[in-house]
Amino acid sequence: MSNIYFEILRSGINTTIQDSGRNHMFHEGIAVSGVIDHRNYKLSNKLVNNNLNEAVLEFAYQGPLLKLKNCKINFSITGDVIFKIIKKNLKVQEGRCYKNYILEEDDQLDIISTKNTAYGYLSISGGFKIEKLWDSYSINTKAKIGPNNGKKYSIGDKIPIKNLNLQKIKRMELKYFESSDNVIRVIKATNFDYFSKEAQNSFFSQEFSVSKLADRMGVRLKGHVIENVVSTNIKSEGLVRGTIQVPADGNPIIMLSDHGTIGGYPKIGVVISADLDRVGQLTPGSTVNFKEVSLEEAQNIFKAYTEETNKYLNENN
Amino acid sequence: MIKNISNLGDAAVYCDFGPEVNETINSKVIDYFDHLSKLIKEEKIQGITNLTPSYNKLIVSFDLNLTNYKEIKDLIENLIIKRDIRKNNKKIEIPVCCEKEFGLDFERLNTKLNINIDEVLKIFFSKEYFCYMTGFIAGMPFLGDLDEKIKCDRLETPRVKVPKGSVGITEQFANIYTFESPGGWNIIGNTPLKVFDEKNLEKPSLVNPGTKVSFYQISKDEYLNWNE
Repeated sequence: MSNIYFEILRSGINTTIQDSGRNHMFHEGIAVSGVIDHRNYKLSNKLVNNNLNEAVLEFAYQGPLLKLKNCKINFSITGDVIFKIIKKNLKVQEGRCYKNYILEEDDQLDIISTKNTAYGYLSISGGFKIEKLWDSYSINTKAKIGPNNGKKYSIGDKIPIKNLNLQKIKRMELKYFESSDNVIRVIKATNFDYFSKEAQNSFFSQEFSVSKLADRMGVRLKGHVIENVVSTNIKSEGLVRGTIQVPADGNPIIMLSDHGTIGGYPKIGVVISADLDRVGQLTPGSTVNFKEVSLEEAQNIFKAYTEETNKYLNENN
Repeated sequence: MIKNISNLGDAAVYCDFGPEVNETINSKVIDYFDHLSKLIKEEKIQGITNLTPSYNKLIVSFDLNLTNYKEIKDLIENLIIKRDIRKNNKKIEIPVCCEKEFGLDFERLNTKLNINIDEVLKIFFSKEYFCYMTGFIAGMPFLGDLDEKIKCDRLETPRVKVPKGSVGITEQFANIYTFESPGGWNIIGNTPLKVFDEKNLEKPSLVNPGTKVSFYQISKDEYLNWNE
């Protein structure tokens, strides 16, 4: 174990190491995992001058309380997050997201909670000292793989940090505002005709609310019950992130990073790639409307979304 | 071979091999899977991030930054698939302990099938099965086909926790719970064998699509002293 590390004084609700995900393992039953919000992940790395696919600490709702041991680092936090730095002399500094800070030996970083988003990201200059498994640093708590023996962090755990001399990093701050748009764009999926005409119409016209059953596997919605007129089961087949499955109770579930690799509920639609970051950040009680788009529109929207992300990434260059 | 190709969202290709579920159709899915896996490994194609074979479908996920639906669809349509017979030779024998404490659904099966449990087990252990797919949770194999006489629906209310190692049956299929997990299959026993091993980097799942599997019964003593 490295002698420079974060000591976890409070674990938070769901604190894990994530990166862009673990590909080429679906056929073994292993989810991609990876960050829920890819844009905020990249922005946090950019703010500390890291490689954009360096591993970060992801937290949900209540975040961790961390104490830095035996080193000095730069860090940044992205998302919609309330946090403060508690200096060694107990002086407290309020933190702002999308800005980099210096954290010194024995300082504490108190990530109190997220506000209007579910997940936030902490990146540190140089990254964490952890090992890849199947080409990814991501912790997958279902298959129990990745750093920390595939478990979310608990009080007393240590997160080793790479032994780097603190490089001079220029102060950086991004003017980034989360979109509050609640329209989620969807491409119709393979079982769309399993649902009644009335259900198809209401799916694209009625509002759905996010239930409390939302985690890294998926988001369960509530709203106008979606009536199935063919069969509430299909022969199990592969799933992708963003797939909207409708089980027998008629309430849709959107698949996120840790979703099971196969599933047997009919698929009504798939969220377009450009809206996946936003879907993952939905908090219980918030509402969404689905809008149908074509494949071509989805590809164009993705291109625009990527360009927008790159614009933020290049803002400080 | 592929009956229909469509898009699943904007970052996956959905290959449909037809509505039936049987070994012949599934072998075709696996042939495509093997062929594409090889091309990916040899870096002959770019942008594919995952392949998910199932009973009668193959889903090809890709990175929309690197490629798109049309490119991957064209690629799949132009593949010439040659069957590699050697690949489908793998046979695995799996020990199962069927003491009452592991056979969580003996009573249910007895009532539903109207066959006594010794007979259910005799039928189950007398057949060789074929692995259609691996998934849902890491390493979980979906095996078939069970004898008609022991086909049974899944539980009306799934269990919140099925113990790790449980061997379950439902409809014409059998599976093994590689991790403690929620689930609704009828549990007839438990295997001490490691069916998923993350330390085995090349082949973490013991049972892969196309593998032949037979089960054999072991005693509680053998179960408790199992050494791999």
